[in-house]
Amino acid sequence: MGMSQRYLIYLGCAIPYRVSSYEVSARRVLNKLDVELIEMPEFNCCGLPLEPLSHELTLILSARNLALAEQTGLNILTLCPGCASTLKKASKELRESRALRDEVNRHLAEGGLEFKGNVEVKHISQALIEDIGLDKIKRSIVKPLRGLRVAEHSGCHLSRPRKYIGFEDPENPKALKMLISVTGAKIVEYMGETECCGSTIAAIDDKISLSLVREKLLHVKEAGADALITVCPACHIMYDANQLRAEKMFGEKYSIPVLHYTQLLGLAMGMRPDELGFDELRVKPIKLLEKT
Amino acid sequence: MSTYEGVKPSKIDPKFRYEVAKIPGGKNILQCFQCGTCTSDCPVSRFSEKYRPRYIIRMVQLGLKEKVLNSDFLWLCASCFTCTDRCPQGVEVASVIRALKNMAAMEGRVPEVFRVLLGNLVKTGYIYEIPESRIKRRETLGLPPLPKVNVESLKKSLQNTGIERFLKEACQKSGEAEVWV
Repeated sequence: MGMSQRYLIYLGCAIPYRVSSYEVSARRVLNKLDVELIEMPEFNCCGLPLEPLSHELTLILSARNLALAEQTGLNILTLCPGCASTLKKASKELRESRALRDEVNRHLAEGGLEFKGNVEVKHISQALIEDIGLDKIKRSIVKPLRGLRVAEHSGCHLSRPRKYIGFEDPENPKALKMLISVTGAKIVEYMGETECCGSTIAAIDDKISLSLVREKLLHVKEAGADALITVCPACHIMYDANQLRAEKMFGEKYSIPVLHYTQLLGLAMGMRPDELGFDELRVKPIKLLEKT
Repeated sequence: MSTYEGVKPSKIDPKFRYEVAKIPGGKNILQCFQCGTCTSDCPVSRFSEKYRPRYIIRMVQLGLKEKVLNSDFLWLCASCFTCTDRCPQGVEVASVIRALKNMAAMEGRVPEVFRVLLGNLVKTGYIYEIPESRIKRRETLGLPPLPKVNVESLKKSLQNTGIERFLKEACQKSGEAEVWV
């Protein structure tokens, strides 16, 4: 583990579109941990949301981002596990199949680019654990969150499908739990921790996706957690913004604040809520902030 | 719950399973022995009366190509990959379902939302049109400006991928000028 890390930051679509709170808090905590983030000169959608249309399209979109990153000689850090998993999967598929790689490179060549396959992609959780290290994070904590009890939701794409991602045990994810533990907050376990948030089918079947939201929030509430902690912009939208829609649809009240892990860590680093994008949260964590 | 409507033998395509097996991720489909792990562990199946990954795999094995490609339930897969990770026979269930969606899409059977996302992609490089207010707000929040995507280079790379048809329809629907080259 070196003194400081440098990455290209890949934002994807969901974060610039509506999850600034994640980006603001992530940049702040990474800066505190001496991580240098270099902006990509340009990037496009990773291709995940369009995979139902065409797998080839997704491969080209991912490969284009990887090719752009290769020109800088830096590895990619993403805040979205969906982007990380899509870029990782594409990279693996293209490195393993010469035919597929040649085909995708024929497309990229039309746009003046080439995929070579020498860029590594990590989601922020993976970078925090493998490159920055829990010890360093621990040393940055000035205000341990001892009074807090939180539940974690790692999300599907951080670890699934196992054979492509190679980080985390999808059946018993531990990374986020370890990351939460160093903040001093207590982790409460709940039923169905590895269940999906339903975001990918929100536009196809609102009722099913909100049923998944409801189920998760009921379990978290039952466990008595002060908040649900996420590391994915899509999961966050489902549990935070769409919590209000689920409450309306099912005529229930959940009142579970949903924080990005980087917001929780920022609080433990002594940063103020307004520096960490707390005002952008839809479910206001008023009681939680009183406890810290 | 499931009402079996019957299938005419002429609608059965015995080669379909081999077609699917050739697609990346489809390799092990013939090894599925219908244990049902995929369905019992599927988050969507718990809330849907129609979506059953096990049925989908069986339909492919039986050659019910038209029926499966025409189905609405195909689009309910949330791509959580739980089925893929837990299949005892190594069937990449989610990838098979993705491949089926791709086949249906290329035949023009695709939920509207994907045309919209694709339309945004070739216009902006992102699947959303990020509103001006958001881009301005980045400054207020102290975030660096969002890079502008080289849309021309992107569009050139996407030529001849078979997606042109969706774009044309997307543009006609939204009444916009054709964005495709």
